Amino acid sequence: MASGPTRTGPTRTGKSRGNLPPLDLYVPEPKFRPGDPVDYSHLEIPAAGKLARPDEGCAASETWPLTLDLIRVLDENDAAVGAWNPNLDPETLRRMLASMALTRAFDDRMYRGQRQGKTSFYMKSTGEEAVSIACAHALAFDDMVFPSYRQQGILIARGYPLVEMVNQIYSNRADPLKGRQLPIMYSAKDYGFFSISGNLATQFPQAVGWAMASAIKGDTRIATSFVGEGSSAEGDFHAAMTFAAVYNAPVVLNVVNNQWAISSFSGFAGAERTTFAARAAGYGIAGLRVDGNDILAVYAAMEWAANRARSNQGPTLIEHFTYRAEGHSTSDDPTAYRSAHEREEWPLGDPIMRLKKHLIGLGEWSEERHAEMDRDAAEQVKAATKEAEKNGILGHGLHHPFHTMFEDVFEELPWHLEEQADQAIRERQSKFPDWKD
Amino acid sequence: MIEEDSVSLHDAPTRQMNMIEAINDALDIMMARDPDVVTFGEDVGYFGGVFRATANLQKKYGRNRVFDTPINECGIIGAAVGMAAYGLRPVPEIQFADYIYPGMDQLVSEAARLRYRSAAEFIAPITVRSPFGGGIFGGQTHSQSPEALFTHVSGLKTVIPASPYDAKGLLIAAIEDNDPVIFFEPKRIYNGPFDGYYDRPSKTWKGHPLGMVPEGYYSIPLGKARIVQEGSALTVVTYGTMVHVAEAVLAEKGVDAEIIDLRTLVPLDLEAVEKSVEKTGRCLVIHEATRTSGFGAELVTLVQERCFYHLEAPVERVTGFDTPYPHSLEWAYFPGPVRIGEAVDRLLKD
Repeated sequence: MASGPTRTGPTRTGKSRGNLPPLDLYVPEPKFRPGDPVDYSHLEIPAAGKLARPDEGCAASETWPLTLDLIRVLDENDAAVGAWNPNLDPETLRRMLASMALTRAFDDRMYRGQRQGKTSFYMKSTGEEAVSIACAHALAFDDMVFPSYRQQGILIARGYPLVEMVNQIYSNRADPLKGRQLPIMYSAKDYGFFSISGNLATQFPQAVGWAMASAIKGDTRIATSFVGEGSSAEGDFHAAMTFAAVYNAPVVLNVVNNQWAISSFSGFAGAERTTFAARAAGYGIAGLRVDGNDILAVYAAMEWAANRARSNQGPTLIEHFTYRAEGHSTSDDPTAYRSAHEREEWPLGDPIMRLKKHLIGLGEWSEERHAEMDRDAAEQVKAATKEAEKNGILGHGLHHPFHTMFEDVFEELPWHLEEQADQAIRERQSKFPDWKD
Repeated sequence: MIEEDSVSLHDAPTRQMNMIEAINDALDIMMARDPDVVTFGEDVGYFGGVFRATANLQKKYGRNRVFDTPINECGIIGAAVGMAAYGLRPVPEIQFADYIYPGMDQLVSEAARLRYRSAAEFIAPITVRSPFGGGIFGGQTHSQSPEALFTHVSGLKTVIPASPYDAKGLLIAAIEDNDPVIFFEPKRIYNGPFDGYYDRPSKTWKGHPLGMVPEGYYSIPLGKARIVQEGSALTVVTYGTMVHVAEAVLAEKGVDAEIIDLRTLVPLDLEAVEKSVEKTGRCLVIHEATRTSGFGAELVTLVQERCFYHLEAPVERVTGFDTPYPHSLEWAYFPGPVRIGEAVDRLLKD
């Protein structure tokens, strides 16, 4: 042992702990599991129309009461009430209704397509359609969206061809992404829709960077991004919030709180301590918490935040309080971890039904027109599916020339990838002798 | 593009620069030429960077194009991806390569794969600059050489200059490149080369004496190695600081070595290496990074695969040790004359 001065240990300066009981680790647990009755009485659902709508240029701190409350426009009779009513014309309301219906029809058909073995995987947005559709309508057509994987409604609302979506889902020869991405991970630059990543929350700081670039260039376009409440726990969320706040970025950051991150309930992202919208307060940015199943409330919140961003008043964090009515994906079985009654008891209803009743109440819609719209949506999706199937389905054929596997890694093919491409093409003869196309 | 060979000390006005000044000059030239080039990072703006690589740029180009950032590498690289998607050419600085890990996911999963996953709808022409390597008593958090981690990633280019002339030309090429580039700057030689001995820290820059660097724009293509010196006894393949260490050691040993500075690891100029090894029959790979799964392992394999029948001796590699970078024992860690000398002796034994 090395010789040195004798050590006497640290000076004891603190209090003695005495005979305290042992500490206890708290692990959150959802209120009900499969077989349990559902009781949503713990949720505080405030009446529609009661919240004030602050000026879009207000100090961020003025919005903080709104982060703990819930902005609602449609009341229990589905009439639009209060200061947040965006006062949309019936034509816009019908367009939003049609986009929601088309999204739901698309989801249903693609879900079946996966079960029929036409693709590997699918993710529905059932119950959350209002979030995407309202945002797409409240933004300008060329504002940039950095989506997560449940915003297919934005592409649909912006008029992206359904057949292209199906081509991508089937990874067939017409897939614009050359069969490289998981189904539903679209990319559509012309539609202001950034390429989707499977790594969660990565798109949040990217949206802030895009918004910063827009400000650097003196542009007028803004950016928006979406994460689930589960991935708001990622470091990227906090990086994005910090950057958005520091540079006053013209960005709208959305947390879609659909209560479930695969089988983990929102408590594992911190929902038991405060709302997700309230996280805005710590960063000094504006925050809004909105009934995500009320398309008028979502539209109003997004419009408010977009106007704020566009007038250089800075970023907004919006929590969309909604419910994931279906499983996480086709690979998920929600009956294994949550009560079957959660969906039917969800106190904020179904976004399509609520808008439908609102329009009927205005005398601008009817059950007959609604049924006709649903039939039309189903027909559109069916036709797109048939059209896409002509280009092949996943697993039935090698739809893309092998060389494409090596393209776009870099702008130009380096020698090592060219060598590997040659190898893949050589292997084809012995690995897949039967495939001619 | 002005080809590298067309620029020489004879036909362009030159100025004496150390590597930091050359990097600063490259950034200045590119920001003047292209209004979409922006640079940012911790302390990069007003202060001009802790190593002064961005000095005076904010004054010249404004705070919108040269600015400080929060201490958040994920945010720095994530924002760069978004800016690139918008159409800018971001040149973020990560203050030390050791701090790049919080930004790894944005670099590896996002920037590197964006072109591929979007079928080239979106690209990420980002140049991440970062000082790397040891030799400045930086301890285990300011000395790492993590280049191998990045060469393993599909879609990233890895560039490492070894002189002011190369630093300027390669950085200009990296900024112009439409793919994401990680640009590692060997900070041991920021202010001048050295000869491999910690007590003899600097000598003049070989090739371009005193670090004379052409004024104005020129670029050095990525993926093209430099023959530092021709020789016939063995081929030394290296990059960054180790170019200077190798030069000094082999000169001292009086070995007629051919020294190749790779300059870029991805894309790799394997042809230059092959040609040299076919000539000399012996190959030594030197890098400062840790040994196991280092880039040297890749180089040795490639030489073995391609040049086996030309080899007169097993290919050797000299590297750092597989430990975190030690502070007080830094010069015991650093590959230097003894370690390189032993390897050279083994290679030349028969």
